[in-house]
Amino acid sequence: MEKMTIDHTGREQIKARESRFRRRFHLALSGMVVAILISVFLAATYGRFDLSAAEVLRAIMAGLGLRSESATDSTSTVVVFHIRLSRIFLSSLVGLALAVAGVAFQGILRNPLADPFTLGVSTGAAFGASMAIFFGLGAEATLGIGLLPLASLAGAVTALVTVIALARVDGQLRRDSMVLAGIVVATFLAALISLLKSLDEESVSSIVFWVMGSFQGRGWSHVGFALPYTLVGLILVGAHAHELDLLTLGDTQARQLGVDVNRVRMRILLGASLLTAAAVSVSGVIGFVGLIVPHLVRITIGPEHRRLLVLSGLLGMILLTWSDVVARTALPAGEELPVGVVTALLGGPFFCLLLKSKKELRSLD
Amino acid sequence: MIETSALRCGYGKKEVLKGISLRIRQGEMAGVLGPNGSGKTTLLLALTGVVRSTSGTVRVAGEEIRDRKPNWIARQIASVPQRAEISFGFKCLSLVLMGRYPYMQGWGDYSPQDMEAALTAMEETRSTHLAHRMINEVSGGEAQIVVIARALAQQTPILLLDEATSNLDVARKLEVFDLLSEKNRKGMTLVCVMHDLNLAALYCPRLIFLKHGQVALDGPTEDIFNDRNLSEVYDTEIRVGAHPVTGSPQAHFVPRGRSRVTAGSLGPG
Repeated sequence: MEKMTIDHTGREQIKARESRFRRRFHLALSGMVVAILISVFLAATYGRFDLSAAEVLRAIMAGLGLRSESATDSTSTVVVFHIRLSRIFLSSLVGLALAVAGVAFQGILRNPLADPFTLGVSTGAAFGASMAIFFGLGAEATLGIGLLPLASLAGAVTALVTVIALARVDGQLRRDSMVLAGIVVATFLAALISLLKSLDEESVSSIVFWVMGSFQGRGWSHVGFALPYTLVGLILVGAHAHELDLLTLGDTQARQLGVDVNRVRMRILLGASLLTAAAVSVSGVIGFVGLIVPHLVRITIGPEHRRLLVLSGLLGMILLTWSDVVARTALPAGEELPVGVVTALLGGPFFCLLLKSKKELRSLD
Repeated sequence: MIETSALRCGYGKKEVLKGISLRIRQGEMAGVLGPNGSGKTTLLLALTGVVRSTSGTVRVAGEEIRDRKPNWIARQIASVPQRAEISFGFKCLSLVLMGRYPYMQGWGDYSPQDMEAALTAMEETRSTHLAHRMINEVSGGEAQIVVIARALAQQTPILLLDEATSNLDVARKLEVFDLLSEKNRKGMTLVCVMHDLNLAALYCPRLIFLKHGQVALDGPTEDIFNDRNLSEVYDTEIRVGAHPVTGSPQAHFVPRGRSRVTAGSLGPG
């Protein structure tokens, strides 16, 4: 009888602790949403054209049609709403897509070093897009949706399949050989992109754009372009958050717990490739976002994918928004850095730390 | 409940099970024994459809397993793997909750009933104190207990265990098997792959010995657990004596150098 009571209080304590965790997650979630709203506004105040916070606010209101604009406001409306805000939205969207793709790749390949960039998937997507542009398909559209992301997707999937095939030793995917294969594939494809570029100066726009990634000259049309693909990718990955948890146990256990392993893995890989393709087709190759963000979130809240996906997505939005602010304001005289340079400068050292952190890697053996 | 007929399967070109026919009725508790590489683990994987049969059939609750979806199978059979390779730092409670996956519907999270089932399983295995510890930071034995709790949370009529207590100390081993016996008395069907002959003889009323991918012996423990059978299956001299308290047969191993060949016992060959 006494034992029963003890067990029961244990049960209540555990449940209380679980709901504390849930509350903390909701707090973090609302904190992030607020941070994003503030970020969007603050990021819009940075730029070549000097505008005060009040002017920015007025311009946003005008752009949204909430406020009629006077003649003096129209320039700032164009700058803030059509130039800055569209870039902020696009960088957020790309940050979201890359971070979520990173979580998915890491979970499904059980590899902490996996991300769209290190796996060569991003470069594959860039190569697909370059090919499409080279053959003059870049401007084609069906039902108002651009076909470029589809070409990117084909490139992304091809690169992924190649990397997995190269990294498979005796039917086992090895962590180190996977990153190695990713580097080989990425380098090779980057060289092919350079080749395409030198074959046709006209059609393949700046090679730096594809290899280093940039939001320069991007606008609302690009947001509309990438949005549908990103949404489909998010749904494919997000719908399988629980399965991602179970897949980290390995195929055998996941299957014995009821996961249709092959089908679920295909869907998640497709979703993650779609997210990468959508991001790359509008911004080129931006490295390390999918690596840094999921790790920071995992260290803070643990590996459960439902929460990990949501918070990583949001943090990815913030990280890339600010990386782009740095990219467009760091250099004097209106020059721009490719945003991929900023994320690589942040991500390179982080990647080394990760590679060195024995604890993290050992726990994944 | 579980029925295999002329089951053959393996990995790639290597055939591991070479025609296994078994029938395990509801409410049985069977120990599966045999030397290394005899196909014990593969048999359990074949019963859950993880390893596909190349010929022959596996039926569970009357249904052929290859026709059913993984989540149907996971509502019939729970498995405790030999080595639970769990790398990501999940909380032990989260790991136990994964046992509720086959009951989840749609997009939702685990329901309050799932939470109750998980906590009940942890109470039964006396692992509640581990609930908020990380699975990759507890000891090997504790992790094994948590995985057993996960299998119980699955609330299936059949439970398969592959060396499930190998990392546990004697007291915990007995505790787990006492719990399993109790589950068995309440109607659960259990198939336990074991290396510990004596533990198997103590708890399992039926033993199945595999050798070279075939059933070498199958029958009630008291009938088949004897000097001759064990020595033959393991190619080692083994003597069987009665347990001083329960009277169950218990194996005693004879070191190779000390083999005293007397009339009536096994000679070489």
